[in-house]
Amino acid sequence: MDVMPKWAEVILVPLISLILAAIISALVILAIGEDPIAAVKLMVSGALGSTYGWGYTLYYATNFMFTGLAVAVAFHARLFNIGGEGQAALGGLGVALACLYIPWPHWSLALLGAIVMAGIFGAIWAAIPAYLQAKRGSHIVITTIMFNFIAASLLNYILVNVLRPRGSMDPATARFPEGTHLPTLHDVLAPFGISFSKAAPANITLLVAVLACVLVWVLIWRTRLGYELRAYGHSESAAKYAGISPFKITMVTMIISGGLAGLMAINNVMGEAERLVLNAVEGAGFIGIAVALMGRSHPFGVFIAAILFGFLYQGGAELALWTTIPRELIVVIQALVILFTGALDNMVRMPLERMFLAARRARTPKPERKPVEPAE
Amino acid sequence: MDFLTLIQLLDSTVRLATPLLLACLAGLFSERAGIFDIGLEGKMLAAAFFSAAVAAVTGSVWLGLLAGIVASLLLSALHGIASITFRGNQLISGVAINFLASGLTVLIAQSWFQQGGRTPSLMGGGRFTPITLPFADAVADVPFVGPIYAELISGHSILVYMAFAAVPLTWFVLFRTRFGLRLRAVGENPAAVDTAGVSVVGLRYAAVAICGVLCGIAGAYLSTALQAGFVKDMSAGRGYIALAALIFAKWRPWYALYATLLFGLFGALETRPDVITALTGMRMQGQLLGALPYIMTVIILAGFVGRANPPRAGGEPYVKER
Repeated sequence: MDVMPKWAEVILVPLISLILAAIISALVILAIGEDPIAAVKLMVSGALGSTYGWGYTLYYATNFMFTGLAVAVAFHARLFNIGGEGQAALGGLGVALACLYIPWPHWSLALLGAIVMAGIFGAIWAAIPAYLQAKRGSHIVITTIMFNFIAASLLNYILVNVLRPRGSMDPATARFPEGTHLPTLHDVLAPFGISFSKAAPANITLLVAVLACVLVWVLIWRTRLGYELRAYGHSESAAKYAGISPFKITMVTMIISGGLAGLMAINNVMGEAERLVLNAVEGAGFIGIAVALMGRSHPFGVFIAAILFGFLYQGGAELALWTTIPRELIVVIQALVILFTGALDNMVRMPLERMFLAARRARTPKPERKPVEPAE
Repeated sequence: MDFLTLIQLLDSTVRLATPLLLACLAGLFSERAGIFDIGLEGKMLAAAFFSAAVAAVTGSVWLGLLAGIVASLLLSALHGIASITFRGNQLISGVAINFLASGLTVLIAQSWFQQGGRTPSLMGGGRFTPITLPFADAVADVPFVGPIYAELISGHSILVYMAFAAVPLTWFVLFRTRFGLRLRAVGENPAAVDTAGVSVVGLRYAAVAICGVLCGIAGAYLSTALQAGFVKDMSAGRGYIALAALIFAKWRPWYALYATLLFGLFGALETRPDVITALTGMRMQGQLLGALPYIMTVIILAGFVGRANPPRAGGEPYVKER
């Protein structure tokens, strides 16, 4: 069955998909009358040319690590969690409640409290669709899409009618108290003599995200639960035969997935905005799909892909600032990545498999039966 | 609530239900043939943009409609290639198409018109204008029946009548023709269709193409009839509501009409909070009303209100056995 060596599977296929997406993106930039090479240069200098640029790149990457991991964990159990957007929005609500109503003595305790609340709120928002899939047979993709919309309406309602401070016109919560202020990368790196941009929003949540990547790796490949989860993803009937409960796996997987998506709120709500605003997630939940597909659902792949998308996001913002290319270019690139690494995966894979098969045949000694001579 | 308000409310219900109905029937054809399509939203959006753009440049709304259908068909072809030819994941392909449309429309709009990702406002021949049905003016003064005919039934654009005509047409094609029988069979048991010597791939491409045409009309309606021009992300989740309606309708054409009319009514009520207050005597939150179609879909999906069984082979690529 394994036609391709592992390195081709892990590196070559995503790389070719990525190159295809890049070529088409370049064509799009050409078609709207801009220079793709100049655009890439501007993106690189804007996103990676300064610690300020890095600060934004890593800030976005932190968001995408959480949402990417959320999608990846669900993928392992062959569940498509498209509801990261709503789960992250609910996570934001959890963080806001934790920060506003509990007087935290120190940011480290506030961070722990926010992690718990964000995780629980995100997990609940994923657990309902999971329950409905496991017990009532409703399709998780449709339910999680619906829950994105319901979450948007719910947050809109809560921000306008409940959490908005008296006298404020803005549909947002009050600013979080000083005790919940998370150290930025500037604060973290200063003791080591590294001067990092003060203005950039990257903060200590990045370390939480990296830790989450490691823990997800441990969970999936080093625990009994992870084994059950993967077994269920490979074959539901075999897993059932082996005594793995589909109900339990669906619930646990989606709770972990939703919790991870919810954790994103520590970064954008607590770390950056320091209050909960309308539409705080800004599509990061959906980018998680592209990140997970590109990272082949492996935590390390997700880590790399998240940084790449962080770069694209910050670079795209720079492009919108200095050229006539709108920010929506990033949405196009995101779509192309999802298309090539996800839906058109076989288009890249099939010719490659044929190539490797041909190469293997050429290497192995010929069978005794001679190939039929062509007529004439 | 007086009679005239009710007529107005139902009138905007019809207007808002039309794009949902077209998209819902589009999804019906696709999903009945076993191809899940969460890219309805993206196809509508692309069609909305290209219709408005071409109508703005040429001044002809019919050319605009054609351009919208072509744009939607191209995305359908992409979905077909990904999910039929290369047997990719249909859901992921749909997600990609939605983002592709959402990004590309703004990018191209900005490049062509430099108006911040919108098209110029459409005027005159660039829009589908309301059609006054015969005798509408004459009977308008007749009590009860007059206003219903003159205000509610008459005075919509041609696309509205097309959408409503599409319902019996869809029913006829799916349940009274050989093509329809085969199309439904390919969504339930493609292997049987294949054994009978009918091309599974051909049927599925045909279904996806019909889906593209209907989504194209739905998108064109948004930008050239409901509104006068394209604005960023103007489909505003209608593709997803259409999906919800499709499940609500249990993949049946007539139920699709009722479901989209119901969701259209929610949309109409959302813009008239005064009516709700008058009816129920309490203030209803606009957000709750906006979320109602989604909440109802979840409840229906969970099987609390009758069971909704999707086509059995839906979402699975067909692999010929060798």
